[in-house]
Amino acid sequence: MLAELLQFLVSGLTVGAVYALVALGFTLIYNASDVVNFAQGEFVMLGGMVTVFAFAAGVPLPLAASLAILAAVGVGLLLHRLAIEPARGASAVTLIIITIGASIFLRGIAQIVFDKRFHQLPAFSGADPILVAGAAILPQSFWVLGGALLVFAGLWLFFERTLLGKAVLATAANRLAAKLVGVDTSFVLALSFGVSAAIGAFAGILITPITLTSFDVGTLLALKGFAAAMLGGMGSPLGAVVGGLLLGLLESFAAGTISSAYKDAVAFLVILGVLFVMPQGLFGRRSVERV
Amino acid sequence: MDAKADAAVLSAAARPRLSARWATLLVLAVVIATIPWFFPSGFYFRVAALVWVTALAAVGLQILMGQAGQVSLGHAGFVGIGAYAMALGPKYLGLDVLLCLPLGAALAGVIAFLVGRPILKLKGHYLAVATLGFGMLVTMVLVSEVGITGGPDGIRVPRAEILGWRIRGSETFYWIAGGALLIGTWIALNLQDSPSGRALAALHDSEVAARTIGIDVAAYKLRAFVIAAVYGAVAGGLLALMNGFVTPDAAGFIASVEYVTMVVIGGLASVPGAVVGAALLVLLPQALTVFHDYEHAVLGLLIMLFMIFLRVGIVPGLAALLRRRA
Amino acid sequence: MSLISVFRRGLLGLGTAALIAAPAMAQQGQPIRIGAVLSVTGPASFLGDPEDKTLRLYVNRINAAGGVNGRPLQLIVYDDGGDANRARTFATRLVEDDRVVAMVGGTTTGTTMAMRPVFEDARIPFISLAGGIEIIEPVAPFTFKTPHTDRMACEKIFADIRARGLTRVGMISGTDGFGQSMRGQCQRVAGPAGITIVADEQYGPRDSDMTPQLTRIRNTAGVEAIVNAGFGQGPAIVTRGYAQLGIRLPLYQSHGVASAQFIELATPAAAEGVRLPAAALLVAEQLPENDPQRRILIDYKTTFEREFNQPVSTFGGHAYDGLMILVEAMRRANSTDGTRLRDAIRATRGFVGTGGVVNMSATDHMGLDLSAFKMVEIRGGAFRLIGN
Repeated sequence: MLAELLQFLVSGLTVGAVYALVALGFTLIYNASDVVNFAQGEFVMLGGMVTVFAFAAGVPLPLAASLAILAAVGVGLLLHRLAIEPARGASAVTLIIITIGASIFLRGIAQIVFDKRFHQLPAFSGADPILVAGAAILPQSFWVLGGALLVFAGLWLFFERTLLGKAVLATAANRLAAKLVGVDTSFVLALSFGVSAAIGAFAGILITPITLTSFDVGTLLALKGFAAAMLGGMGSPLGAVVGGLLLGLLESFAAGTISSAYKDAVAFLVILGVLFVMPQGLFGRRSVERV
Repeated sequence: MDAKADAAVLSAAARPRLSARWATLLVLAVVIATIPWFFPSGFYFRVAALVWVTALAAVGLQILMGQAGQVSLGHAGFVGIGAYAMALGPKYLGLDVLLCLPLGAALAGVIAFLVGRPILKLKGHYLAVATLGFGMLVTMVLVSEVGITGGPDGIRVPRAEILGWRIRGSETFYWIAGGALLIGTWIALNLQDSPSGRALAALHDSEVAARTIGIDVAAYKLRAFVIAAVYGAVAGGLLALMNGFVTPDAAGFIASVEYVTMVVIGGLASVPGAVVGAALLVLLPQALTVFHDYEHAVLGLLIMLFMIFLRVGIVPGLAALLRRRA
Repeated sequence: MSLISVFRRGLLGLGTAALIAAPAMAQQGQPIRIGAVLSVTGPASFLGDPEDKTLRLYVNRINAAGGVNGRPLQLIVYDDGGDANRARTFATRLVEDDRVVAMVGGTTTGTTMAMRPVFEDARIPFISLAGGIEIIEPVAPFTFKTPHTDRMACEKIFADIRARGLTRVGMISGTDGFGQSMRGQCQRVAGPAGITIVADEQYGPRDSDMTPQLTRIRNTAGVEAIVNAGFGQGPAIVTRGYAQLGIRLPLYQSHGVASAQFIELATPAAAEGVRLPAAALLVAEQLPENDPQRRILIDYKTTFEREFNQPVSTFGGHAYDGLMILVEAMRRANSTDGTRLRDAIRATRGFVGTGGVVNMSATDHMGLDLSAFKMVEIRGGAFRLIGN
């Protein structure tokens, strides 16, 4: 019984860590711009696909992974420069549709540049599971969890310890005020797209050895990441992390104990339940509407 | 409707708006009546009928999103309910398929009423995720209850008969769908111009402000949600009838996102905008087949370009451009 | 990457060449238009993509060899993205606008069933590439199919399980059309086959981890074998999870993974010992020299793999069979009239395709029996023909 629960726990945390990274990407861009970037999943796809193709072409894995992150950051910055920046001042919903268009566009390009097949990547340190108290854990799970932790810690340090981080926080809190005190909010926005893309691509690289990848993996991840960000409270990095992990755990425990056909339904019912009690998510800021 | 609120939001622009409403309807009616002259083959009837049906669902969502300012990422869920009513009603209850159209709409309305009450307390993106969850639940039931719904491979919808005459053929459905859209647009335009429509508009601008001038915010939001659901279900029912077949895709997340895109790309604040947006998103995939592999890339690019250069949407955007010229 | 784009450009070039060449052949007769609505993208792209590639490749080859009845073929492909409504619209377009004489396509059972009325009403032959038994049972006058049905897959698997002296099966199925349809058929034929289904788990087609479901199956009392109904990457992840958890029970996959790509995705170590029923295409080289299919299988396999530089799959094979059955019927009928073409397709006897030897009749619009299905086992990273 304990082994079983531990198995569900590891499974949920691994998948949840990826949701958390996607949700973090959502949060960073949202904070800087109020945009819910539905192309976030495509960064994950880019991370996985570029790594796979570079690796297949003979590039060593660490270098392939770096290339993938660079490519994703490039795409993220271009997305900001060419699609979001020209529409500055448009309503949030217009910007969201732009990101939906961007996501369709990126998928369309990916199916041409890469292909429409599934691809795999060898696990970073072997595929033999490690037995812990009767549960079989893939070494790659530790990579995913460790990598996610690294990102969380890095972001925390960035926000808490650097001036630039403070500038980002200030922009998130009040864009106009931040601008008035001399924060280059446009730069902050570009930075957010770059960092979000990097985080997304990083998640894609870590998870591909477990889940495989293809040109269209992004859609579902974006959906789950968005739900996770909402569960945690939009705009809260801590909420994104907690929301992502929670969503992963909900799915895995629901699949393992209640019903595998309705595991996503269970997860969404819990999200709805949480939102009814806490309409701003678990860690969301209470916003006061000004008239 | 509260008289005070009515007075407060009644604008001097009421008179010209009235004629604009009839002009919109007239243009739509003329388009529906005349474009068949230019159709080179029956296929065009099918696509145009699809545009009208999709537009009906989009107009419903426009009432919720554009007029009441409430987002829904689960609109397709109601379309699915309407569509599956056409298949399940005759199969399990022995009902006439045509009777299932209003029944499906009523069912969607009741479900929207029950779901809407708690869900609409949420705002903005939280509402988006809640409606997304609702849409997913509908899809999940349709997919998982294979024994009842036919599962992911879908289910057959019987052909409708009126006095022994079987309703079939793209051309027939073209006129049915066109008529339905005309009625739907007429109601939506009236709603927009009615006192309650202005209450909804106030709601869109600021919920707190609307509340302070005495508008029962919750009731109006719920009403818009129910109306949108009924529109979606009628559109879904017509779609099912037209196809003679329905699969859970009709209720899926992708479809929901498409409806939102239609409303926004056409012009959030504009009823005819929803029709234009729907036409664009139905026609583009047909037009873009010439691009073969590049089809999706071009579609995404066009959506981005439209939103960047006509950020308030096609209809209001072009209207503003024309006004500036004039 | 560059290799792929070079090849794509080549393919595009071929396509334009065919288009330019078409008017030149006009003296000999207008091109014969064949339609194909396929799920080239979307959740069923795993099936639709090789179908698309195969049809384009072989239409070009047929045209290079002089076409059919002195007329070139013109293939019109539309991508429905797996959506039934879109498929229906494209089917109408093929019939009403493109005026095709026949259709080879319909990647999933859902899209096929949505399109069927269009072709039935227009009295145009429709050869589907989907597995669901409802496509041809009851028989619709103009609708045919080339793949084996999922019921046959279940029967084949269950027979093999019984032959091992086992009876109690745990099922894990994808919630996509393929998985749900096969799950239903397996439940139906389990009783007659002497099999009890003791566990019934499911996963979403895009799920990334199936260990919770597998843990549940493993802990079900008395389960003796696991059957996975699904296609695409899901079964690969199920197989990985199965290896991760160290489950010792025999694992059966379906014909929905019948491509060497599955072994690559699941990793050879995890897939070791997995069995599945599949068309003989996967084990072409292992067939005896006198096997009627051997020559044609090896020919298709080498042609496809040389052209596209990726492992062949039985799904592309279904498209090959559909196209060839149609072409043979057109030659026999020497006509493109819908009803005469239908009669000719229905009269297909002894057609040797990648799926088996096809013998159609007025009551059998598929024409395959269980003998065309081989049980294969994955050993050392390759498919091995067993016990047939």
